[in-house]
Amino acid sequence: MVHKAVASQVDWSVLREDFPILRQQVRGHELIYFDNAATSQKPRAVIEVLRNFYEHDNANVHRGLHTLSGRATEAYEQARQRVAEYIGAASPDEVIFTRGTTESINLVAQAWGEKFVREGDVILLTVMEHHSNLVPWQLLAERKGARVRFLPVCDDGTLDLDQLSSLLTPEVKLFAFTHISNSLGTINPVAELCAKARAVGALTLVDAAQSVGHMPFDVHELGCDFLAFSGHKMCAPTGIGGLYGRTELLDSMPPWQGGGEMIVSVTLEKSTFKKPPHRFEAGTPNIAGAIGLAAAIDYIESIGRPAIFEHDSQLALYAADRLSELPGTRLLGPKEERGALVGFVMDAAHPHDLTTFADQYGLALRGGHHCNQPLMRRFGVSGTTRASFYFYNTMEEIDRMMEILHAAVRFFS
Amino acid sequence: MSPEIEELYQEVILDHSRRPRNFGEMADAAVLVHGDNPACGDEIHLAVRFDANGGLEDIKFSGRGCAISQASASLMTMKLKGKSRAEVMEMVRAFHDLVTVDTSEAPKTLGDLRVMQGVRKFPQRVKCAMLAWRAVQQAFEQGSGEATISTEPA
Repeated sequence: MVHKAVASQVDWSVLREDFPILRQQVRGHELIYFDNAATSQKPRAVIEVLRNFYEHDNANVHRGLHTLSGRATEAYEQARQRVAEYIGAASPDEVIFTRGTTESINLVAQAWGEKFVREGDVILLTVMEHHSNLVPWQLLAERKGARVRFLPVCDDGTLDLDQLSSLLTPEVKLFAFTHISNSLGTINPVAELCAKARAVGALTLVDAAQSVGHMPFDVHELGCDFLAFSGHKMCAPTGIGGLYGRTELLDSMPPWQGGGEMIVSVTLEKSTFKKPPHRFEAGTPNIAGAIGLAAAIDYIESIGRPAIFEHDSQLALYAADRLSELPGTRLLGPKEERGALVGFVMDAAHPHDLTTFADQYGLALRGGHHCNQPLMRRFGVSGTTRASFYFYNTMEEIDRMMEILHAAVRFFS
Repeated sequence: MSPEIEELYQEVILDHSRRPRNFGEMADAAVLVHGDNPACGDEIHLAVRFDANGGLEDIKFSGRGCAISQASASLMTMKLKGKSRAEVMEMVRAFHDLVTVDTSEAPKTLGDLRVMQGVRKFPQRVKCAMLAWRAVQQAFEQGSGEATISTEPA
């Protein structure tokens, strides 16, 4: 199977065959899985790698001197190398394995925040942040007497960049923001935001949960200091993700969790700690998960991120266009360029009623606030209905979704 | 249309969700209960006034939410107005059974509320159906003043 980096040259229907879960009926209808922003499905290649690991190589890492431990350690560290290449990190030592985006952000808020944030300092966020890139900073600010500030969102779902310079003051120690909004689909100008933050001496953290499996990027081109992501939204298992941090930053940070794996020596009085990344990986890590993540990267790279991005964008723009034909329906987020999702509200039906209705036809949508309560408030809604896509989705599935949504309008009106 | 959907969203439910009864504010409420369903951002504001014997003299609600929560609240207010405390508590229990227990024959005393029986096939929607009922239960427990309840215990 050879895939080229242009959407029109990829046989997407063949790729679909790689996902066993998609071949099923739900409530008597072909499953249409449009909840990829919550979690993606897993290709057979990843499932097989997990199975192979547990059937042949499973052992703990970094401590056993036996053969299996050697194999597990090598595969685990190779996975780190693979992640580093995938995101463009200079070295695998800049990649810490975590449970996912949420844990990665909490790691920074605790290890870096505890040492470097002082009373009166400011953490700058945006109104479109997922709760995972909001609550850890509120907790930090409370502990330290620091303040959290927010860059507003415009009516079209883009960040209000005109207000950035007045918010990016010297008290800002960190600017943390999402790459792609999980509710609006907005793709933020990360490189520009990082450059502006750097100009006032603020560090940057990018929440790449919605972009990491969908579009090509390189942490050096983005110019960020930290980048957090999850594996499970990019074909990897749940419970594995990563944090990228520039070497000198990670070196300067104290541990955040103590335990095995992260120490050099321990006496009853005192311990000394390993260098990053192992300093930040206390306890037995998610070994199989990391190996599964590397397999997911191999799979995605075999298709090519530029092709995936093109394909997913086409799906999202097509869905956005088709939604405009639905009476009493408002699409949130930018009209032109958007990530692989559409979020909308319908006069006739509440998101939960719509989601329940759609599920009766095998269509998996997401209804609710999407861990974006402040953003929902900003747009004056209690929640939205979201359809989010991945490369195995098709235009025909969107057509089918539209039939179901039209039926819902008729039913609830 | 699937039979489950037809059963969940019966015409009575759709009607009450579009035109909720006893919807609005109450100037002289004895208790005001704010109910939240953080999972979906839905909210209900329930106002009650008691009669001399502690029964439910008047009840009104406002807020916003899905068809299930709105219809449940609307039907509930119609059913409970004028009932004694004991009758209300018994009704809360019976309604909870109606939307959660798969085997029970719906008691005749529930009357129109029996249209909500379809909820039991949708466990994720039980909280929507119960929100107003939790609020009225709180109102009786409280007796006076204001309270906030949530479908997610804090």
